[in-house]
Amino acid sequence: MAVSGSSSLALALLAGPSQAGSWCAAVGLPSLGLVAAADVGVALERFPLVARPGDEWPAVVAALVDAVDIVLVHLPRHVRTGDARRLVAKARDRGAVLVTTGGSTAFAADVRLSVSGCTWEGLGRGHGRLRARRIDVVATGRGAAARDRRVSLWLPAASGGVEECLRDPLAMPQQIAQTLG
Amino acid sequence: MSTRTLVVWCPDWPVTAAGFSADEPVAVFANRVVACSAAARAGGVRRGLRRRQAEARCPGLQLVAHDPDGEARAFEPVVAAVEAFCPRLEIVRAGVCAVATRGPSRYFGGDDTLAAKVTEAVAHVGGRAGIAEGPFAAELAARAGRVIPEGQTPAFLSTFSVDVLERPELADLLHRLGIRTLGSFAALPPASVLARFGADGLRAHRLASGDDERPLAARISPPELDVTTEFDPPAERVETAVFAARRLAHQLCDELSARGLALSCLRVEAETSHGETLVRRWRLERATPLALAERVRWQLDGWLSDANPHAPTAGLTLLRVAPEEVLPDEGRQLGFWGGDRALDDRAARALLHVQGLLGPEAVTTAVPAGGRGPAEQVQLVPWGDAPPVLCGSSAAMPSQIRKEREVWPGRVPAPSPATVYGNPMRAEVVDQHGQPVTVSGRGSASAEPARVSIDGGPWTDVVAWAGPWPVDERWWDPHAHRRRARWQVATADGTAHLLAVEGGRWSVEAAYD
Repeated sequence: MAVSGSSSLALALLAGPSQAGSWCAAVGLPSLGLVAAADVGVALERFPLVARPGDEWPAVVAALVDAVDIVLVHLPRHVRTGDARRLVAKARDRGAVLVTTGGSTAFAADVRLSVSGCTWEGLGRGHGRLRARRIDVVATGRGAAARDRRVSLWLPAASGGVEECLRDPLAMPQQIAQTLG
Repeated sequence: MSTRTLVVWCPDWPVTAAGFSADEPVAVFANRVVACSAAARAGGVRRGLRRRQAEARCPGLQLVAHDPDGEARAFEPVVAAVEAFCPRLEIVRAGVCAVATRGPSRYFGGDDTLAAKVTEAVAHVGGRAGIAEGPFAAELAARAGRVIPEGQTPAFLSTFSVDVLERPELADLLHRLGIRTLGSFAALPPASVLARFGADGLRAHRLASGDDERPLAARISPPELDVTTEFDPPAERVETAVFAARRLAHQLCDELSARGLALSCLRVEAETSHGETLVRRWRLERATPLALAERVRWQLDGWLSDANPHAPTAGLTLLRVAPEEVLPDEGRQLGFWGGDRALDDRAARALLHVQGLLGPEAVTTAVPAGGRGPAEQVQLVPWGDAPPVLCGSSAAMPSQIRKEREVWPGRVPAPSPATVYGNPMRAEVVDQHGQPVTVSGRGSASAEPARVSIDGGPWTDVVAWAGPWPVDERWWDPHAHRRRARWQVATADGTAHLLAVEGGRWSVEAAYD
């Protein structure tokens, strides 16, 4: 699964499984907002971070995919196709989910999430504070997820979690809707 | 009968280790006071007081943060001084070590001479030596600076209050029953004590009667379970050795628990390529792999530190961790994480593997910390290291974050940004006439922000903003003092950033993306 344009969207994907007791890990994301992660529902004690894996990142991700249910990876600019294919095969074999951020398209992601627009609520001209954000997510993909789907979400919602703006369950692939809760 | 034991006790060791003398009013605290100097005690400071209470009782009190690693490291020279008299020494905890006196006493011509010699050797840190039967009585004797003649230990103990057993609940109950001294507690028949107070009560009863905490018969000679690792090339850094020690500790704990044994005394041996060796014994209450690895770290830190005159001259080639004394496991071993063990074990193994690839510091985990900015609210600690004192149990983490929020007025309000820059990026903010926006000393802005450029990027229009929110932090400390004003700024492209202006310079602290 590839996510572009929003770190909080990537964190929101981890929240559901993490709450259910799964382990998640983040690789190559030194500036991830961990308070935001905790707020959206990621259990920090089951969320190890490898901030700067350097050139060893394929080995690190391979080790983590073996044991952790969801690995969030920020891809470097150049990714060898062989590395990408090996990691995807390993993740599929183990039943783990790779969530990638960053520009490289070397990974043949089953689902790609991107942000087509977002607006913040609660902030005025010189007053108020950021409260909630409405974000338009586009999901494209292969196989069952081939048709483009769009959904508008409150991320974060004013209450802190994630909420759907339009009550339309067909607007997203089923598994994403489930993951996002 | 217990073995005659000499205990060296350094009063208020955390204070001494922090480099203060007893005449200065100093308290070592970790949320609450852990130890205080004699001067502070005279001022009314006690262990367990909250920081504000302690400061109220003793104005001018200096506060030092509790640093168990540093204390253990500073204790190493004292241990070396005592070891010059008697080998086979056990470190009970930082500030207290014990040794069996039978051989050394004969060699030096009696207990009194031995105690005097040892006291003299540790006088520079204010240490005292005492001899009695069993380590418990000997520590009390050391506090009094006395040598208890053979056979008089029960009489010596009988006058102490039951509080010295360090079992607050039991002591409280005994007080209410009218049993105030160890003597009257020891006078109770052991069978009744066992029936009324359980196994732990019986252990306390044995202590009070001057017997050793563990009956001799329960001591099992340890099987050959030494675990060894060799370093090739020699390990120059403590971290490398500690990382290997963690693996050894896991291995040893697994071996012992497979045999139904629990560790009560640990021996750590290290050897350098020049043939120098250091052997230390550590007494342990609860032998988790983490606790074992910690002892190894303390020992090596102390040995390899530049301050130590007997520091080795070459890298480590061998590290051996061996059980010195074991007991039947009565279920004292705690689960490391709780929850789904198989899953957690697998994750822990994978993380160890990654640590092996990149070094132990590369894998971190976040623990809540106090602060106003988004970067200060979490602290990253290497995976597997004990989290800082601020954090309670790991399960309590979200509530811990919530609690932290309550005690930091002026913090950046929720929602928290999803990207927090470790090194804040440069930014420029101008008003509608293209003049840079500034914030005055009184916290008012020179103009409304109109356009923003982030990290030298293109200018974008500001559609909404809030601020300035002035923060004046640590004004009491000239080195850590920071004065800045934060802004939340939303731009036309739909993104929002947390900006800060400090000394006229703008930076991006975080992005709400």
